[in-house]
Amino acid sequence: MPVTTIGGKEVHVDDEGFMTNYDEWDEELAKQLAKNIGIDELTEEHWRVIKFLREDFSETGETPTLRRVSTVGGFPTKELFKLFPKKPAKKMAYIAGLPKPHGCV
Amino acid sequence: MKRLVVLGAGTAGTMVVNKLRPRLDRNEWEIVIVDQEPTHFYQPGFLFLPFGEYEPQDVKKPKKRFIPAGVEFIEQTIDSVDADANTVLLGDGTQLTYDELVIATGTHPRPEETPGMDGPEFGRSIHTFYTFEGALALREALKGFEGGKLVVHMVDMPFKCPVAPLEFTFLADAYFTELGMRDQVEITYVTPMSGAFTKPVASAHLGNMFDERKIHLESDFYIERIDTDKNALVSYDEREVPYDLVVTVPLNMGADFVAKSGLGDELNHIPVDKGTFIHKDHDNLFVLGDAANIPTSKAGSVAHFAVDIFVPNFLRHIEGLPMLERFDGHSNCFIESGHGKGLLIDFNYDTEPLPGKYPLPGIGPFTLLGETEMNHWGKLLFRWMYWNLLLPGKELPLPALMSMAGKIPEDE
Repeated sequence: MPVTTIGGKEVHVDDEGFMTNYDEWDEELAKQLAKNIGIDELTEEHWRVIKFLREDFSETGETPTLRRVSTVGGFPTKELFKLFPKKPAKKMAYIAGLPKPHGCV
Repeated sequence: MKRLVVLGAGTAGTMVVNKLRPRLDRNEWEIVIVDQEPTHFYQPGFLFLPFGEYEPQDVKKPKKRFIPAGVEFIEQTIDSVDADANTVLLGDGTQLTYDELVIATGTHPRPEETPGMDGPEFGRSIHTFYTFEGALALREALKGFEGGKLVVHMVDMPFKCPVAPLEFTFLADAYFTELGMRDQVEITYVTPMSGAFTKPVASAHLGNMFDERKIHLESDFYIERIDTDKNALVSYDEREVPYDLVVTVPLNMGADFVAKSGLGDELNHIPVDKGTFIHKDHDNLFVLGDAANIPTSKAGSVAHFAVDIFVPNFLRHIEGLPMLERFDGHSNCFIESGHGKGLLIDFNYDTEPLPGKYPLPGIGPFTLLGETEMNHWGKLLFRWMYWNLLLPGKELPLPALMSMAGKIPEDE
C-alpha cells in the first residue's frame, strides 16, 4: 500500500487515494481530504454524516452503503447528494477515511 | 431427541441437510426443513432463458426430490423466529422448537421498492431475468424487439450473482449481432457503482470489453424512480436515461420474517461472523448463503464453499468443541461473454480476482480473467453438476478455501 502525506501527516492509501488504516484518520485530515475533492468547508451536517460512517464502520467492519446511511443513519438520499455532489457514496467514504465501496470485479 | 431446523430449501439449505443427515445420529437428531415453494429453480439458468439457450424444464425440479430420507420437509411460509425462545412460528400457526437453527432463506428481487418499477409496465417495457416468470417474459420481449434503446440496470448493491447483469449485457450484444441487427440496438449499462469493473486488476484486464462491444456506460447512477410516461430511469441527482426496453436488477432484500424477527440489517440480511456464520447474540443460530450479511458475493458458489466449511464446524459445535475452520469468502464465477466464450473469476475476502489459470483435475485448467470457449463449456457443464452432485451434497473436486495455485499476483 502506498504512503502519502496529507496535511503534513503520513497515511496509508490505496491507488485511488482512499485511506486504508482506520486509526490514521482524524478531523484535521478529513478537512484536507474534503478540500482534495472540492468540498471547501465541512458543515455541521457534513460532520454528522461522517461521524455516522465512522461509527458504523467500527461496528460492522464495512463501509456503509448510501442506502444504509440513508435508512439507518436517517439522512435523506437527496440531502446526501447535496452535501456530497454527484458521487456521495465514494465521497463520504473518502472523507471519512474508509475503504472505497466496491463490487466483486 | 434434539431438533435441527433449517429454514429455506434453496441451494444452501438443501446442501446442508444432505451433508448433515448422514453425519447426525438418527436416534439423537431430528432434521426439519421449511420452505414455502415446491419448486427448486436452477437460478444461474435464468440468464440463458431470455435468449432461448435454455428451456423452462432445464431450470426447474421439485424441491422434494433433493430432500433425503430422514429429513422432514414442511411446505409452509415462515412467520417469525423467536431466537430467545428457540422457536419458529410458521404461517399456519405451527410452532417449531429447535436446538439448532440454520437460516438459508436467500435474498429476492423487490421491484416494489423503486417507484415506477412495479406498475403496469413491469413485464412490458420493464423487465428482470431474476425470476423464472421474468426471464420468460423477457424472452418474448427480446423476440419482439425491433431495435432502439436497450438499458441494463441494477438498483443497488448487494444483489445476487453480481456478474449476471454484465453477462446479460454481453449476451445481448452477441444475440443482436447474430440476428444482424446490432447496429439498430443502442446498449447502455447503468450502475450505481463507479464503473462496470471496480477492482483494479479486473478493470485493467476487462476494461476494454465495453468499448470493443460499443456498450455505453452510465456509472454512479443511483436510481430514484422510473418515469413510465417518459420511458426514462431518473437518478437522485436528476440524470435521466431513456429506454425502449429496460432490463433491471431490482433491489434485493432478505425474507420479511427476518425483519419481523428483528434479526436483519436494513435489507433484511442477517449479520453473522464471516468466518463461521454464527450469530453474535445466539450461539445456536447460523445463517448460510445469500441470507447472510457477509462481505462477499451472494452466489451459489459461495453458498457451496460456505457449507463445506460449516459442516465440520457444526459437528464440533454441537459436541461443545470450538469451531476450527474459518471461511475466507471464497467465490468462483463463470462470466459468459457471448459467442460461445466465457471468463472465470476466483477470489475471496482479501484477494481480488487475478489473472492466470484455475486448475481442475481431469477437466481444467480454466483461464482466469480471460475469454475462452473452455470457460463457456465449464459454465454449461455446471448445470449437470448442480443437479447431480452439488445439491445432493456429493463431494466436488473444488477446494472450499481459495488457492493461489495458478494465479498471477498483481506485482509480478
